[in-house]
Amino acid sequence: MTRNGGSIRIDEARCTGDMACMRVCPTEAIRVRGGKARLLESRCIDCGECIRVCRPRAVSPVTNSFAELSRFDYRAALVSPVIYGQFGPAASPERVLAALEKAGFDCAVDSTQMCEAVSAAVAHYLRTSGGPRPLISCFCPTVLRLIEVRYPELIELVIPVESPEEILAREVRKAKARELALPEDRIGIIYLTPCPAKMLDIIGQAGRRRSNVNGAIAISDIYRTVSSLLPIARGSGSGRAQISAVGLSWATLGGQTAFLPPEHRLEVAGLRNVERILTDIEMGKLRDVEYVELHTCPDGCVSGSLLVENPYVARGRILEIMGRLGPQPRERELAEFCEKGEYLADRNLSAQAMGALDLDVGRAISKIRRLEELLQSLPNINCGACGAPSCSAFAEDVVREEAHLNDCVFVALSQLRAEQSHVVDVLREAKG
Amino acid sequence: MNGGTFRREFEVTGGDFYNAGRVSTEIKEILRQIGIAAPKIRRLAIAAYEAEMNMVMYARSGKVLLQVTPEVVRLDVNDVGPGIENIELAMQEGYSTASEEMRAMGFGAGMGLPNIKKNADRFEIRSEVGKGTTLEIEVRL
Repeated sequence: MTRNGGSIRIDEARCTGDMACMRVCPTEAIRVRGGKARLLESRCIDCGECIRVCRPRAVSPVTNSFAELSRFDYRAALVSPVIYGQFGPAASPERVLAALEKAGFDCAVDSTQMCEAVSAAVAHYLRTSGGPRPLISCFCPTVLRLIEVRYPELIELVIPVESPEEILAREVRKAKARELALPEDRIGIIYLTPCPAKMLDIIGQAGRRRSNVNGAIAISDIYRTVSSLLPIARGSGSGRAQISAVGLSWATLGGQTAFLPPEHRLEVAGLRNVERILTDIEMGKLRDVEYVELHTCPDGCVSGSLLVENPYVARGRILEIMGRLGPQPRERELAEFCEKGEYLADRNLSAQAMGALDLDVGRAISKIRRLEELLQSLPNINCGACGAPSCSAFAEDVVREEAHLNDCVFVALSQLRAEQSHVVDVLREAKG
Repeated sequence: MNGGTFRREFEVTGGDFYNAGRVSTEIKEILRQIGIAAPKIRRLAIAAYEAEMNMVMYARSGKVLLQVTPEVVRLDVNDVGPGIENIELAMQEGYSTASEEMRAMGFGAGMGLPNIKKNADRFEIRSEVGKGTTLEIEVRL
């Protein structure tokens, strides 16, 4: 495994080789060889589509378990806004936080106010920086991977703003270390994640950055514990900061762009739609747009693959909670946050060489010519029997010497026929 | 010889807005597979896109010939169409003959040809009124 291991694991014992994951993968990162699915790490963008479609449940996200957290003296859970849409209508945010504390976290930290602050930071950065437009949002790690792998030309357009959970982790660690007189590394900051991609963002990809978050637990993994504790969690959780309505909207769409005028922003969700927008930006369209908020999940984070509740129901609950919140005048606080400038991220995105057939352009040219020749001899019906999702992916594998042309049943069959007729000819000649 | 030249021809149909942009997307994919550096891909993608859009908007039909060697990427764009009366004028930023309807659709801001020139290391244009327009676009590697 490269890049410190991906966020997705395939259990060979469970894998039946049914190719569902191979067919759904948007970046053709899965091959089925010897009846087992294999992940090509360098192409994977951690979108989690394979997890969703795997019936034998052989594909699973790499996340931490609650037991792993015992190595810390103090455990803080960072709570993303999506979690508030996961439980029944009686589960107020305050109650969910209290239930998390009963579940074994020493404190559960709401992140909605920080989300709102980062929305303000996005607007502040756009106001105070020059350069090409539109800038691209950076809060969906799958979008970042997609840009690295498929649209490296756009890396310079990714807005250098840090994610709310990262800033919050930094603040919570400092504050708790001081308050409890503990060394900072004894404090475990755990993000409750709606998707495997956030997990990978946290455990760190090679070279991207060091995270302040120590680990991530899938929301689906704590779902049962939290829902069973909700009825008795009533009454606790006093002295909490108010939930922010703008911050809550980070669970769906438009949270990041809350402080931007509508004519300067676009909110786009779903992988295909995101690809379309990135292509348009690449071609130099959309120059009048200041900022694009991109999510690869179809309805934003509320449809993450590690969530339990139906995303539409969950979004409805989030909207309902937002509607109940009163006016929240926080202009001065937000302005102070922005002026400090501590929201800037030192994210280190790098163009991945994955796309190139060879590091040498001359050799790559011969390989792409070979690839085109190969495609002529393939049936081009994308049957998948060779274990690659399409004839073009297969031809590329052959050129990269990762597959053999005979793996194609059509090629093998025509070779067999040729040999057969050769044998017949030889026999005929022998008969004289 | 180090692999020689990669060559591929693409066709563009005038007025086919539904497929507009496909040729430049395909060109970009090929350049990515060949391992052209990202900033050069971006320049070529923009140039190819502007050329493609010009043909979709004004020409009857057109062709783009992509040629790649280890030294240079070259696009030869040929269309059958009305041609350009005053090339000097057409090369000025902001000049456009696009109809009001087209401008309302967001096309024809008069940036096409100057934008291609800006993104190319070598750019040549020839045109014959009533016959068509030819572009030569090169980006050196």
